[in-house]
Parts: sequence; structure tokens; C-alpha cells
Amino acid sequence: MRGMHHIKNPHLQAPDNIIHMKKKKINFDYKFGFSVKNKNVFVAEKGLNEERVAMISGMKNEPEWMLAKRLQAYAFFKKEKMPEWGADLSTINFDEITYFIRSTDKQVSSWEELPAEIKNTYDRIGVPEAEKKFLSGVSAQFESEVVYEKVQETLEKQGVIFCDMDTAVRKYPELVKQYFGTLIPYSDNKFAALNTSVWSGGSFVYVPKNVKAALPLQAYFRMNAQSFGQFERTLIIAEEGSYIHYIEGCTAPVYARDSLHSAVVEIFVKEGAHVRYTTVQNWSKNVYNLVTKRARADKNAVMEWIDCNLGSQITMKYPAVYLMGEGARGEVLSIAFAGSEQHQDAGAKMIHFAPNTTSRIVSKSISKEGGRTSYRGLVQIMPQAENSKTYVSCDALLLDEHSRSDTYPTMRIKNPLSYVQHEATVEKIGEEKLLYMMSRGLSKIDAETALVNGFINPVVKEIPLEYSVELNRLIRLEMEGSVG
Amino acid sequence: MLSLTNLTASIAKKTILHNIKISFSKKQIYAIMGPNGSGKSTLVQTIIGNPLYAISAESSLLFNKKEISTLTPDKRAQLGIGVTFQSPIALQGVSVFQLLRLAKRDIDVLDLYKQIEKIAQKLKINKELIDRPLNEGASGGERKKLEVLQMAILNPSIIFFDEIDTGVDIDSLKTIFTFLKEFRKDKAFVFITHYSKIFSYLSPDTVLIMKEGKIIKEGGKEVIEVVEKKGYEAF
Repeated sequence: MRGMHHIKNPHLQAPDNIIHMKKKKINFDYKFGFSVKNKNVFVAEKGLNEERVAMISGMKNEPEWMLAKRLQAYAFFKKEKMPEWGADLSTINFDEITYFIRSTDKQVSSWEELPAEIKNTYDRIGVPEAEKKFLSGVSAQFESEVVYEKVQETLEKQGVIFCDMDTAVRKYPELVKQYFGTLIPYSDNKFAALNTSVWSGGSFVYVPKNVKAALPLQAYFRMNAQSFGQFERTLIIAEEGSYIHYIEGCTAPVYARDSLHSAVVEIFVKEGAHVRYTTVQNWSKNVYNLVTKRARADKNAVMEWIDCNLGSQITMKYPAVYLMGEGARGEVLSIAFAGSEQHQDAGAKMIHFAPNTTSRIVSKSISKEGGRTSYRGLVQIMPQAENSKTYVSCDALLLDEHSRSDTYPTMRIKNPLSYVQHEATVEKIGEEKLLYMMSRGLSKIDAETALVNGFINPVVKEIPLEYSVELNRLIRLEMEGSVG
Repeated sequence: MLSLTNLTASIAKKTILHNIKISFSKKQIYAIMGPNGSGKSTLVQTIIGNPLYAISAESSLLFNKKEISTLTPDKRAQLGIGVTFQSPIALQGVSVFQLLRLAKRDIDVLDLYKQIEKIAQKLKINKELIDRPLNEGASGGERKKLEVLQMAILNPSIIFFDEIDTGVDIDSLKTIFTFLKEFRKDKAFVFITHYSKIFSYLSPDTVLIMKEGKIIKEGGKEVIEVVEKKGYEAF
């Protein structure tokens, strides 16, 4: 437990009120009304100070403790240095960022204002009109409400809470207060501090004891009005023996007017519970995507992160699992694709605190046209974590001479009775393979796409079919070099 | 069908083929023989359009009266030029089914799969290999059979068999040639080999002997006997 915030009551039961959730649109009943009809425009001034942090909290009508947390986090953010060990973040100017925009105001005012390459990409992927507008932020309403309500109905019957974080703070304050920021304290890193001080949106999920959620939770359907928040905050609590699959993102590029996306995701996997968290993200290429994701796995719990990153200018993301209970298992399966002027600095962290814990990291990265991918990983087996096993495999595929891939694997093995396996490969796609496939009549792009899809297949087969089909299609577009 | 004239090819500025002139016609079986390093494989690679080889401006490759020397390998394949590679490489994550599916988009996927299964059965290829990454962990014989399977699906009008016998045991070789006899119809077959043993299965109409990047002898199957008795020294 050293270095971790202790969880006060690990055997917390679901509060009664979750069963009696409001039937409809639980994320729309804000005081400030996340409705399209609401024409009130509010955009905070650029830059950040205590006043603005307090204002965000005030506008959300938050309890005192949340405001206090935000302010503490802000104080830490102000004095903390930029991380210098990873990707180059020197061009981020914190004074030029808008930290709070009321969701309805996030929209660009018209479809015409969108950059041509984004529109073009939507057309090529074949995104339906309504969905395009939602993704691009032109419309806050995505016509998925019917689907969303059906999902809600099913979940509600099971006692599962699935709502946005702002709603959760108001409706389930005790639950949120108990877990919020305990796994990723604001002092974890500068961007966790930034997120804690200005967070808005994100998901809150609570799965009661022994409940196996019948449907995957798709943030995609939930984020009607919320859209894709810049500083999302997600908290998932899976009680003993429960199961949940949470899916975030979508394969179509998400246009963000603001260039910094800094999310925090905390997941508590109680004894014997199983959480799978799937991310497929394709931010537009002006975005710095700096995300802190961490899960705590108790006795015999299973936590799986499946993380696919295609877009953004710079991504820094290392989903972590703290294996706290005996027999806990953690997995991170990831794909990173870096094209021209992109740097994907991604990886995983597995910390074994208990005996008989196992972890597996499978990382697949692809670099093209001067793009750069880095695998950065940490596996730590603590002295008490006897008989633990870890398997790390990182494979890089380079599509040309100008691209780059690095691996920074760190292994700290403090228990001699552990089993450690590490494999790393770097491969070039190679003229020979292309010639072979072209001699069968395949165009160069078809051949390259097939090889790239084959390379990432071990991870792709783990994600839901509709996403994997889209992902493969998207890879093809990337290969054609025509994606915005 | 395919006429090569003045074909001069080089790799890294070193000329390998000198003024080759050959004409391939349909229904015919050709043998191209010659010692190691005589340019046999270079000839095949040049015909299929391997970008590693540069050809001179005077070189001409006419396929059904169309100049193909500037076409990329995929375009040449689509016109009907087929090849089985001497050492077929493994394709990580891509099965022979996936490969052929991309090559034959006009065929219904299920029909294609059935066709592949049928041919695999004739070639005595383990059914599991259809869906596994192509050639990964496959034996020499399996690899060559999978090459033939691909040709059977793609159905080109001329096929270059680059050392189809190398690394193949006697039973597999027999299976391959039994299949090829049935499959040939009016296609042109060109066998590139060091050894004459495969010609006991399929007898060539024309034998070409290559040495130092040139065709030094052209004749009927009697040429094979000369090679067997006296080696390439005889020419």
C-alpha cells in the first residue's frame, strides 16, 4: 500500500437511491441546462487563476469539498514543472487555453467552418450526416438517444449507474467523495493536477456487487450534450464479483478546437471483479492528448485496458494497473499509429503489490512518414509480491526510412521468486513483402494496409467488431495519407 | 504472348542480363536452365517488375502486344503474369485467404473460400494453413504448394515457376505436378531450375540455357540430355 492513498471503506454498498434513478436523460437535468435550445453563451476567458477555478465550480453548483480539491490541485499545478522525460511539450502555452466552455457553446457555429480535411475524412469513412455533426461539434445532439435510453433501461434494472461526472457529484456525492482522486491524486503529475482543478464531464460508473453488466457502456452514446470534453474526469467503481466493459471514443477523427486534452480515469476493481476499458481514439492532429489512467485491482480482480491511439499531435498515455490483492491480473493491450509530425508516446504501468499477481503488456506501434512512436513502460514487482508473473511484448513497425520508434522499458523486480518475460521487435514493412503481395495483383496501398492490419491484429481482435472494422478502414485511410 | 527484346537489366549499376530475346507463346512449356548466378532469377524478377532491377531504355517487354516495362508489379499481375517465388517469404498476420481475397475482389467471399479449400485438398495442403499467416512456420514443401495454390486462384496466362522443386520432398513434388498437369490447359509454363528432374513430370517444348546473363542455347528437350551428360560446360 505504500505510496497509495488508502481506500477508506472498500466494502461500500450501493446507496439505495441508485435504484430509483430518474428514467430519462439523466445527464440533461443540469441547473444550467445542457440543452441545444439554450442560447446562453458562456466561454471563460483564456488562461487560469484561482478565480476561474472557483467560477467553474460555482457554475456547476458544486459542494465545498470539490471546490477545495480543485483549488488545492490548482496550487500544485502552478508550482509543478512540466514533465521533461517524455514527448516535447514545450509548445503548450497554458495562458492561451480556454479552460471552461459551457458544453452547448463548444460547437463550431457551422459545418462550413470545419477544416476541409476533417469533413473529407468523415465522407470517406462514410459517417452519417447526423453523426458527422455530432463528432465535429456542430451539433450537440447526436441521434443516439433512443439507443442510449435502451441501454440505460437495461442497466438501471441491474442497478448500474452510468451518468456523467458532473451529475454524479450532485446525485451521489458520498460515493464520488470517497473515491475521487484517491487513486490518482492531483499531486501525481502536472496534468492530473490541471484536470483536477478544471475538470468537466467524463463518466461515472458504479456496478453493484455480483452484477455483470449485460451491455458494454459506450461513452459515445452518453456524451450527447457533453460532447468530448477537454478535461474529462472518469470514475468507475466495480464492486466485488461484478463485470463491466466500458468503451470510450470512436474511430472517426474528433475535431477539437482546443488543442489540449487532458483526462483522468480512475478505476476501482474490487475482489473478484472484472473491468475491461476499451479506447479507440482519433483526435484531430492539432491536439495534445495527455491522459492519466489508473486502475486498482483487488484480490482475484481482473483489469484490462485496450488502448488504440491514432490521432493527435502528441499523445502521452500509460494506462496503469496497481495489483493490490493476491491473484489480481492486469493487462494493457495497445496500438499507436504515428504519421507525419505525430508523436505517440504510449505504454503501460504494472505495479505488483501482492503475491501471485500477473500482468501482460502487448504494445503494437506503427510509424509512417516521419512519425514517431515510443513505448514507455514500467513493471514493478514489490518484495512481497511473491510468485508474480509479468509478460511484456512491444513490437514496432516502421513503414519507411524517415520514421522512428523507441522503447523505454523499465523493469524493477524486487522479488526473486517472480517470472519475468520481455520481448521487443522492430520491423520494417520491407520491399520484399510488398513485391510479393503486388505480384499477386494487390496495389501497394492494399498490400501495406493488409500488413499493418495483420500486425495489429492480436490487439484488434480484442475490441468489439464494429470498432475493429472501422479501425481497419481507418488504417487504410491513413495509409492513403489522406486523413485530416 | 510475352516477347522480350533487347532486355538488359542491372542491379546497383551492375549489369546482370545482356540483350535477352525470348518469345513465350501460350500452351507451351519452357525450361530455363543454367548454372548458379547465370541470371535466371533476375530474368523472372525483371519480368514481374521487381523495382530493385533497372532495365535499359532499349529493353522491351511486350505482353499481348502491350508494353509493360513501365508497369508496377500489381498491374503486370493483373494482366496475367504469374510467378511462384524461389523462397516464398512469410507474411505476418496475413493469411493466404486474406491475400487472395484482396487480389480477387470480384469473387464472392464464400465462393472464393470454397475454391481455395478445393484446391488445397487437391494439393494436399492442410486446411488450417488457409487461415494461418502465410508461410509462418510452414515447411519448404508447404510453401511451394501454397505458391501453386495462389496461381490456381489467380489463373494467370503465363506462370514463371522459379525453382519450384527446391526444398520439396518427392511426394510433394509429385502432388504439385499432378495438379499442374490438370491445371495447365492453354497457359504457358516457364520452369526455372538447375536440375532436370522435374521434366520427368512435365516435358518442356523449349529449353533455354542461360549463362552469364545471356541465352546461349535454345532447343528442344534433347538439350536436357546434353545438360545431364556434360553439364553446362557443354555450351
